[in-house]
Amino acid sequence: MKKYLLGVLGFLPLLSVSAQKQPEVPIKLPAGFSSQIVASNFGRVRHIAVNTNGDLYMKLDRLVNGKGIYRLRDKNKDGIMEDTLAFGNYTGTGIGIYKGYLYATSDETVYRYQLDTNQDIVNPDKPEIVVEGLLNLRQHASKSITFDKAGNIYVNIGAPSNVCQEKDRQKGSPGMTPCPILETAGGIWQFSTAKLNQKLADGVRYATGMRNALGIDWNHEVDDLYATIHGRDMLFQYFPEMYDQKKGAELPSETFYRVKKGDDCGWPFVYWDHFQNKKILSPEYGGDGKKEGAPNAISPLVGFPGHMAPNALLMYNGNQFPAKYKHGAFIAFHGSWNRTPEPQEGFYVVFVPMKNGMPTGNWEVFADGFSGMSPVTNLSAAKHRPTGLAMGPDGAIYVSDDKVGYVWKISYKP
Amino acid sequence: MMKLILVLFCSIAADFSGSAQTKPSGKQFKASTSSAKQGLSILQMSNGKKVYDLYCQACHQADGNGVPRLNPPLTGTVYVNGSKTRLIDIVLNGLSDPIEINGEEYNNPMAAHDFLTDQQIADVLTYVRNSFGNKSGPITEQEVKKQRAKK
Repeated sequence: MKKYLLGVLGFLPLLSVSAQKQPEVPIKLPAGFSSQIVASNFGRVRHIAVNTNGDLYMKLDRLVNGKGIYRLRDKNKDGIMEDTLAFGNYTGTGIGIYKGYLYATSDETVYRYQLDTNQDIVNPDKPEIVVEGLLNLRQHASKSITFDKAGNIYVNIGAPSNVCQEKDRQKGSPGMTPCPILETAGGIWQFSTAKLNQKLADGVRYATGMRNALGIDWNHEVDDLYATIHGRDMLFQYFPEMYDQKKGAELPSETFYRVKKGDDCGWPFVYWDHFQNKKILSPEYGGDGKKEGAPNAISPLVGFPGHMAPNALLMYNGNQFPAKYKHGAFIAFHGSWNRTPEPQEGFYVVFVPMKNGMPTGNWEVFADGFSGMSPVTNLSAAKHRPTGLAMGPDGAIYVSDDKVGYVWKISYKP
Repeated sequence: MMKLILVLFCSIAADFSGSAQTKPSGKQFKASTSSAKQGLSILQMSNGKKVYDLYCQACHQADGNGVPRLNPPLTGTVYVNGSKTRLIDIVLNGLSDPIEINGEEYNNPMAAHDFLTDQQIADVLTYVRNSFGNKSGPITEQEVKKQRAKK
C-alpha cells in the first residue's frame, strides 16, 4: 500500500498532462464521435458526476492520498482539467449532484456537501449525513444513487448473497422462501432529501427482488426510475446437469428494467432468460432451466448476455448527440468473470434506443476497446473496466474505469 | 489437456533430472527443485488441475489471479504459500471473514469444500501451491486427513 501511495504521489502532478504521451487503448465509437482521456491513474474510480460548470467528480473505492472523492476542474478553460481538489476520507461508489448539493456514498452512509453559487464545496471536511447504517456485509455493498424531480433520493442496497441460499454460494444448499434478505436489502430504497440522519426505517422500499441494481438513473422523459441489475452466478458450476459450460456463461441475463413503486423483479426466485424471454425458476427453488416462476414479478425491458456486469446506467437527455440517442439508455458493462473458462465478455458501453420510456430497437455496442484486447481470456489482463457514466452540461458523456482509474469524455461532432 | 500435461511433464522432468541451479522453464507449472525433492508428483499436479478446473477456476480464474474486489488471487500470497493447515482449513470450512491481500480486500464468501476427498484436496492444493508462479511444495493426503479430523 505504501509503495502504491508513493507511486500515486509521484504521478499526481502529471495526471492529466501525461495522458496524451502514453500509448493508450483505442476506444472504438460510431462515426462522428471521438473520445478524450480527461483523468488517468486515479485507481479505483467508481461512479462519476459532472456539475453544470463542467467539474468532474469521481468517487473512489480505494483512497488516493487518503481521499475518496476527487474533483477535477478546468480553471483556465483550455479543455484540460488541471485543477484537483481531494476530500472525503471514505471509500465507496455512489456520487451525484442534486439541487445545490453533491451527494456521495460509502457502503453504509449517504453523505452530502453543499455547493455555493460558484459551485465550490462549502465545507469539504464536514459533510451532512442523509442516511446512515445501511446494510454492508461486503458482498454487493456498493450504494448507487439517483434522484427524482420531487426531492427524493434512491439508493440501491444490493443483496449480500448470490441467490439467497441457506448457505451462500454453497453448491447444493437450498434457496430460502421467503428470502429474509429482502427486508433490508435486495432492492432500491427511497429517502427524502429534506431530512438528515435517516435510517433504513425512515425510507420506503421502492422496489424489491433486485440482486444488485448497481446502475440506477431517473428517466426525465417519462418521470420513472430505471435500473440495470447484476444476475446471479454459478448456474453451470452448481447445476451441470441442467446447464452446460456455454449456457452457464450466457445465463442468466443481465437485465435493464423500468421500475415503478412497489415493483418486484423476482430475485432470488427467478432469473431472466433472454433466449426463452421468460422468468425462469432458479434451480435452488425447484427450477429445471425451463419451469417459469414468480408470476407477479415484472419482466425486464432488455436481457443482455450473462455476467457482463452492468455497473452504470445513464438515461441520455442531452442535446449534443444525434436525435436517435435522445431519451435512450447508455449502460456501462464492467466485464465478466463468471464466464470462465469461456472468454470474458463486456468491457464496453452499450446503447439502447428508446422513446416514451420503452426501447425502440435492438441494443448496440456504443463504445468498445476498453479492455485493450479481444477476446479477453484472463480478466486480470483487461486494461480498463467501465464502471461509471455521467453527462456533462454540453451533452458529452463521461465513462470511468475502476481498474486503473481513467475517465474518458465522449463527444459528437457531425 | 494433453498439451498441458506434456508441459507439466517437461517442466518437472527438468527438475528431476538434477539441474539444481537452473530455473524451471515450464510456464504452466513452475515446480521448483526443492518441491521436487519434497515429492511433487506429476500425477498429483494433473489431478489437482482437474479439481481446480471444476471447483476453483470459476472464481479464482484460470490464471489464479482472482477477481478484483471479489475473489482473492492465489498468486504470491501467504494464504497459499504459508501455513499448510490454514490453507487446508480454508478449503474444508470455506471463508467468509474479511480477507486482505497485498492491501486489497475481497468480498465474496468462499463455500466450504469439505465434500472433496482428502486426496482431492491434497491434489488441488499441491497444484495451487506449485502453479501461477507459486513454488511451495506439495500437501499430502495425510496432512488433509489430520486437519479434517480436528474439525
